[in-house]
Amino acid sequence: MRHILSLLMENEAGALSRVAGLFSARAFNIESLTVAPTEDPKISRMTIVTSGSDAIIEQIMKQVNKLVDVVKVVDLNDTRHIERELMLIKVAAKKTDRAEIKRMVDVFRGRIIDVTENSFTIEMTGTGEKLDAFIQALDERLILEVVRSGVSGIARGDKAIHS
Amino acid sequence: MAKKKEILRGAEIFCRALKDEGIKHLFGYPGGAVLHIYDELYKQDAVEHILVRHEQGATHAADGYARATGKPGVVLVTSGPGATNAVTGIATAYLDSIPLVVFTGQVSTHMIGNDAFQEVDSIGITRPCVKHNFLVKDVKDLATTIKKAFYVATSGRPGPVVVDIPKDVTADSCEYEYPDKVDISSYKPVVKGHPGQIKRAAELILSAKKPMIYSGGGVILGEASKELTQFTKLLGYPITNTLMGLGAFPATHKQFVGMLGMHGTYEANMAMHHCDVLIAIGARFDDRVTGDLEKFCPYAKIVHIDVDPSSISKNVPVDIPIVGDVKHVLKDLLAILKSDGGQKPDAKALKAWWKQVDEWRALDCLKFDRDTEVIKPQYVVEKLWELTKGDAFVTSDVGQHQMWAAQFYKFDKPRRWINSGGLGTMGFGVPAAMGVKLAYPDETVACISGEASLVMCIQELSTCLQYNTNIKILSLNNRYMGMVRQWQEFFYSSRYSHSYMEALPDFVKMAESYGHVGMRIEKSSDVEGALKEALALKDRTVLMDFVTDQTENVYPMIASGKGHHEMHLSSDKDRELA
Repeated sequence: MRHILSLLMENEAGALSRVAGLFSARAFNIESLTVAPTEDPKISRMTIVTSGSDAIIEQIMKQVNKLVDVVKVVDLNDTRHIERELMLIKVAAKKTDRAEIKRMVDVFRGRIIDVTENSFTIEMTGTGEKLDAFIQALDERLILEVVRSGVSGIARGDKAIHS
Repeated sequence: MAKKKEILRGAEIFCRALKDEGIKHLFGYPGGAVLHIYDELYKQDAVEHILVRHEQGATHAADGYARATGKPGVVLVTSGPGATNAVTGIATAYLDSIPLVVFTGQVSTHMIGNDAFQEVDSIGITRPCVKHNFLVKDVKDLATTIKKAFYVATSGRPGPVVVDIPKDVTADSCEYEYPDKVDISSYKPVVKGHPGQIKRAAELILSAKKPMIYSGGGVILGEASKELTQFTKLLGYPITNTLMGLGAFPATHKQFVGMLGMHGTYEANMAMHHCDVLIAIGARFDDRVTGDLEKFCPYAKIVHIDVDPSSISKNVPVDIPIVGDVKHVLKDLLAILKSDGGQKPDAKALKAWWKQVDEWRALDCLKFDRDTEVIKPQYVVEKLWELTKGDAFVTSDVGQHQMWAAQFYKFDKPRRWINSGGLGTMGFGVPAAMGVKLAYPDETVACISGEASLVMCIQELSTCLQYNTNIKILSLNNRYMGMVRQWQEFFYSSRYSHSYMEALPDFVKMAESYGHVGMRIEKSSDVEGALKEALALKDRTVLMDFVTDQTENVYPMIASGKGHHEMHLSSDKDRELA
């Protein structure tokens, strides 16, 4: 089953490689991994999307927790949560296609953030599924380039990860 | 008035920090990146530096020292090849959770990443086989980082920690202050077990009809042998130890049923298979212990006490996990078991269970042929045990001799048996024995080895001479890589692919050329005399080359993928009970 793990870690050099190395050394899956500093510059927050049986997820949680740099790890699947991913996608946009693409971007609540004579660059956020759906909806031949951030997740409600 | 802090160079800080940490021995090998440090080592005498002959030897020696004393082993090597040579020893310590602090020199900070001379990414290379590692980029962080390294290495589930120190950091200066303690907000090892879980565990333990205690290296690392022994005697239950746990409970005590697992005793493995409550203490359900997980302890409810939460339910799901320091948890359990009016073990059921266990024991699964002039390796170990009254420190290398040492040397005390159980590192025995002897110069330290393992770190015989670490090496020389040969005999139709040791050196001359005593023993009747003679040579290192039975195999044996009840007891079909 797919799980979203959220973790806080000391913002030390090499901390990311410890987590990534742990996943590869123990043959755990990583679907996506994002990391950036938090409001406290000494702490980074990482969101990892992984998959596995309950026993494997339990091992992943324990092994990640065991890393000396890791302050806290939570499995967002245990609570109601929100996940979002950012995608930037560059498409060929000749005069004849422009209106159709613009309409599609509006339907998916994206934004066109860069325009040239021949292309649009579109910004879109949402769940991974929504971004997949947008890609599916476009004419494959028009897609020039896709970049996705991987999932960021946060629990719903007023409870914070620190508490 | 506050004392004015001294301004010291990084290299001085290094030496002072070791001194302030109470470190007495440092195992190392110099090189370019650590020359500032070596210059400071020259000027002080608080820390004795032991010059090894290969960095692998440094890590194994420090490891042996740590296993025997419980104190951290400390290593200093240079950058590049110094660091990579140390990796095998670091991984060895990692797999057995041994506290080591390994300092690796590094090229200067401005050179890092430039493929400089003797540069490797030591942090990257060691990351998967350390508990933690640090790169010190600023001399101001050096003292605190050293303190953190010792704290992380020795607390919780211990393990090796690498500190990579660039050369310019050892030349820079700052105020020196060695902290009394450090706080790492992201690292808080659990000590006390959960009281509710401990209570539930006590109830399950007392309800057992066919109980079994299975304890591992964690009991020794956690200094909990005394508590384990009290706990086991109080309950009257049978106990087995893992390879790493030997000596945690006295092997000569009647409740001890021997080691378990692949080469464990019949009684230990059968008791594991048939028990209804398994009490696992500081053990990690290693594959060499469990055999086929599908067939593991099929009738048992399992209690598991371990300081590392990730050990719990990793391989085998357990019913009552207790995360905590084994010593504390055993104390808490003992308090419940001793409380007045509490439940007591089921004496009637226990009597019936012991009757069964003793029947298994009566099979005498460790029997070997004693009526032969060809030297049986088991006999050599048994004689060593007798002559040292079971009180020597015994290190080993890896293979058949290691298993015979574990089976036939009955360890009554913890920290006496020193072997590479997890990683299985050939070449461990001699340098480890050297480390033990430095810690305990007045004790008998024996290294049980084989001719294949022995030559893997033979260069340390020079170190033994230089530092007068007089160890007794028993090489069980069967002219084969014995364990490889055994597997090839069983599973590869006796095709002995590259397991025969051709062109062996003359070990007697080799010992002599290193300045030690060499002996070659070829007959069973000469074994005792030779051992007595060697043990009497207190101020000499002795290499005993025992020419042993070439085709002797280690029994009992559970083949990979089999269960505890599916043992081979000997090559003799009559004894096939499986």
